[in-house]
Amino acid sequence: MTVKHFCLTLSLAAVALAPPMPLRAQAPGPIKIGVLHSLSGTMAISETTLKDTVLMMIDEQNRKGGLLGRKLEAVVVDPASDWPLFAEKARQLLEKDKVAVVFGAWTSVSRKSVLPVFEKNNGLLFYPVQYEGEESSKNVIYTGASPNQQAIPAVDYLIKEVGVTRWILEGTDYVYPRTTNRILEAYLKGKGVAAADISINYTPFGHSDWQTRVAAIKRFGSAGKKTAVVSTINGDANVPFYKELGNQKVSAEDIPVVAFSVGEEELSGLDTKPLVGHLAAWNYFQSISTPTNAAFIKQWKAYIKKADRTTNDPMEAHYIGFNLWVKAVEKARSVDVEAVLAALPGLETPNLTGGMARVLPNHHITKPVYIGEIRADGQFDVVWKTTGTVPGDAWSDFLPVSKNTEADWVTLKCGNYNTKTKACSGQSYK
Amino acid sequence: MTAASRGGRWLSVLLLAAMMLAAPVRGQTGGTPFEAALAELKEAGFLEKEAAVERALATGHAGALPAFTALLEERLYYRVHDGRVFIVKTADQSLPSMDLVDPVSLDPAGSSDPSELVRIGTNNRLRRFLRTTLARFALSSPDASVRLGAVKAMMRTLDEPTTDLLRQHASHETDPAVMYEIETGMALAALAGPDQEARLTAIAALRERLRPEVRNALASLLETSPDGQPAEPDADVRRAAAAAVESIDSARRFYAGIETLFFGLSLGSVLVLVAIGLAITFGVMGVINMAHGELMMLGAYTTYVVQLLLPGHIGASILLAIPAAFLIAGSAGVLLERTIIRFLYGRPLETLLATFGISLMLQQFVRSVFSANNRAVATPAWMSGTLQVNEALALTFNRLYIVMFTLGVFTILLVVLKRTRLGLQIRAVSQNRAMARAMGIRSDRVDAMTFGLGSGIAGIAGVALSQLTNVGPNLGQSYIVDSFMVVVFGGVGNLWGTLIGGMSLGIVNTLLEPYAGAVLGKIFVLVALILFIQRRPRGLFPPAGRAAEGT
Repeated sequence: MTVKHFCLTLSLAAVALAPPMPLRAQAPGPIKIGVLHSLSGTMAISETTLKDTVLMMIDEQNRKGGLLGRKLEAVVVDPASDWPLFAEKARQLLEKDKVAVVFGAWTSVSRKSVLPVFEKNNGLLFYPVQYEGEESSKNVIYTGASPNQQAIPAVDYLIKEVGVTRWILEGTDYVYPRTTNRILEAYLKGKGVAAADISINYTPFGHSDWQTRVAAIKRFGSAGKKTAVVSTINGDANVPFYKELGNQKVSAEDIPVVAFSVGEEELSGLDTKPLVGHLAAWNYFQSISTPTNAAFIKQWKAYIKKADRTTNDPMEAHYIGFNLWVKAVEKARSVDVEAVLAALPGLETPNLTGGMARVLPNHHITKPVYIGEIRADGQFDVVWKTTGTVPGDAWSDFLPVSKNTEADWVTLKCGNYNTKTKACSGQSYK
Repeated sequence: MTAASRGGRWLSVLLLAAMMLAAPVRGQTGGTPFEAALAELKEAGFLEKEAAVERALATGHAGALPAFTALLEERLYYRVHDGRVFIVKTADQSLPSMDLVDPVSLDPAGSSDPSELVRIGTNNRLRRFLRTTLARFALSSPDASVRLGAVKAMMRTLDEPTTDLLRQHASHETDPAVMYEIETGMALAALAGPDQEARLTAIAALRERLRPEVRNALASLLETSPDGQPAEPDADVRRAAAAAVESIDSARRFYAGIETLFFGLSLGSVLVLVAIGLAITFGVMGVINMAHGELMMLGAYTTYVVQLLLPGHIGASILLAIPAAFLIAGSAGVLLERTIIRFLYGRPLETLLATFGISLMLQQFVRSVFSANNRAVATPAWMSGTLQVNEALALTFNRLYIVMFTLGVFTILLVVLKRTRLGLQIRAVSQNRAMARAMGIRSDRVDAMTFGLGSGIAGIAGVALSQLTNVGPNLGQSYIVDSFMVVVFGGVGNLWGTLIGGMSLGIVNTLLEPYAGAVLGKIFVLVALILFIQRRPRGLFPPAGRAAEGT
């Protein structure tokens, strides 16, 4: 028996035999958790809330006695809505602070920027925001929705329940809206929608003069067919967009707008009365009444010390992600990334709105899908939901480039396995 | 839904309308069909709710109309502990208690804690259904605008009972606007009828009407089915319909052109408004003030604070915010000039860097005070909505006000510069500082006042922007480039240049946007501007005379 072998056996025996007390005694300080969210710049509006959510979860876990007998400690950095800075801060978290896990990123461009850093340093990132898919990394767990968990069900709802036959895909000009709209266009054409009945348009980040676009939407929608707008407009450009919709009296009863990036937080800065009836598709709404959700809302309001703060979908994604990570660490009895990654697939944790979130081999999770209509008080009324949960699909089945691609980190050990050529083309960022 | 069942329901609706006057009203005892239907609303899905509403209307109960009006307005609730349905007077969840009305007896039924009540939800489809159904009752309203709304709502779903009702109502309608809409509706119904003569008359009546429904109905006559059969068998009718569609289309194109022009002017007036303060500080004084955007931001936050201080008086708070923003941004400007900029006159690069630093500090200041989140500034009722010129042209009120506001600010500024003592001194100092000082003008005081005036105007622009866009720490950044662009394009030091330059940039931008998209359109404008500046470095209206040689 070699020395190395001997040590391994010994440590295994120690894990198996030792009672928790001695382990706690030799605990090497707190477990560090990285929080990589912009606290300044354009995305601060959305991301600051997520930073607070992670801090609240860490706080709660510490009050329960920590994890593996060790306390949790947050390392908060500010990438300042600057995409290259995201990569730098991620490197700092992984190489200097040696964090066990990172919760962070919002926009797809920031995720793409940190991806090589996480893959090179073998870190672990929980990404909490709905995104365009077409990606699966060994080092990322995607707790937000992929297109088949948000965009596709929303369009299905509009076709089946509202009878929409004419479509306007309105988005901000960057990777998430462009990819999502590409998928939706292929999906709609597959459903027999003519090209003349689809209008796609992009505007820059922070676009504020919407009068021309809204007038064009009105004109496109007056052709006698039921028309809907699918909005992937992101960030604060939504406020002037909805204001203009209200001013030009685009009623949800005539031309409903279904948004993928507008939640309770975004509506809290708006007069919602003219917007009643416009839609949003999410995997969580604050208004869904379950005991877990009520407890979460209460905990959040107490933590943030403001009674009028709202909860939203990406917050739930962090709630789920954090709980999954805690369970994986408890199962692996280690915070080592390899061990945690091995433990994660198949783990389950309850959603705030009912049902279980299960980690899939493709590093996405199962989620329920809800369609909500905006109420006069800025909350949403759920008008439709999936019967069970929907498993997240990393690679869209509706795009020719990705329909033969599969992600499976359990058996295939590959994020983009081509089922035709039976080859794995390596990490996704290449 | 079949015509027969619609007709049946229809009869019941008329019956209800008749009984409204005479129906005896009883208390909520449970058991009557109306109460059963109301109770069903609590748990049902949206389609079942629609059916329940129909059944309740069929009972002809006097409580049906108020109850379903309340349902449409999100004021119909049920109480958790006894499951009784109530109308609330105002649906303000923040009130400590809500006043209840019993929908069966229509008597006040005390009040209840909001947490005790659950709202009965609606969705788009149900609201649409309720609106068209309730519109039929509104036809008998004494208010002509209510009747007009009702007729318009009924036109969305024109079927036989609806047109019958319109025809009946037409005989005693007195208001010409309502009558006009009724005629449109009847002509639309006649289009689908069997009589060829009636169809031709209907087309003749419709060719002047610009509603999209009319155009679509006429265009559908021209369609051909997949087997090559035209939808309209008669060739004369087809010809008349084609001519009518052509005439409607050309009229709509004309109004679309006017609309684009208006959009361009309104975008242009926003540009003028944000640039006009800069035209003073940069144009007249020659100070490159990178913090100009942040002074606008201060104005926008002033609007927010004034609104917080005056809850419930949104309209007054906006009007009050204009002088308040002028004072706050103006005094910030004076402070800036006295403490920093006056030491940097004649050193444009240092001024640029220093004011850029100040802009960052101001941003962080509001972030610390108001948080990084955008603030909601409410829009007064008289500023939202549209001015309906005709069926094809509607101008939004907020944009109309902004155009007028910009012209007002411009005129006042012009008068201040040309007609007042301060204006005279400002012009004198900017043209020849040494000579002005020799004439006894305290040039440093004039500098401070000029900078304060420009900054104050920026604050006023902030008030206007708070009505159009986000009030947040980044408000200024998104407008600073635009405002420099306008001032440089119009000609530095010339107010008229700023006005003409801003308006023409706005119009060009709006004209390009539908063809090139918002991103490319902006790029085109910028490239064209660079080329223009290459040829005419002093802008549209170059300053003339000795001042042009620079100080």
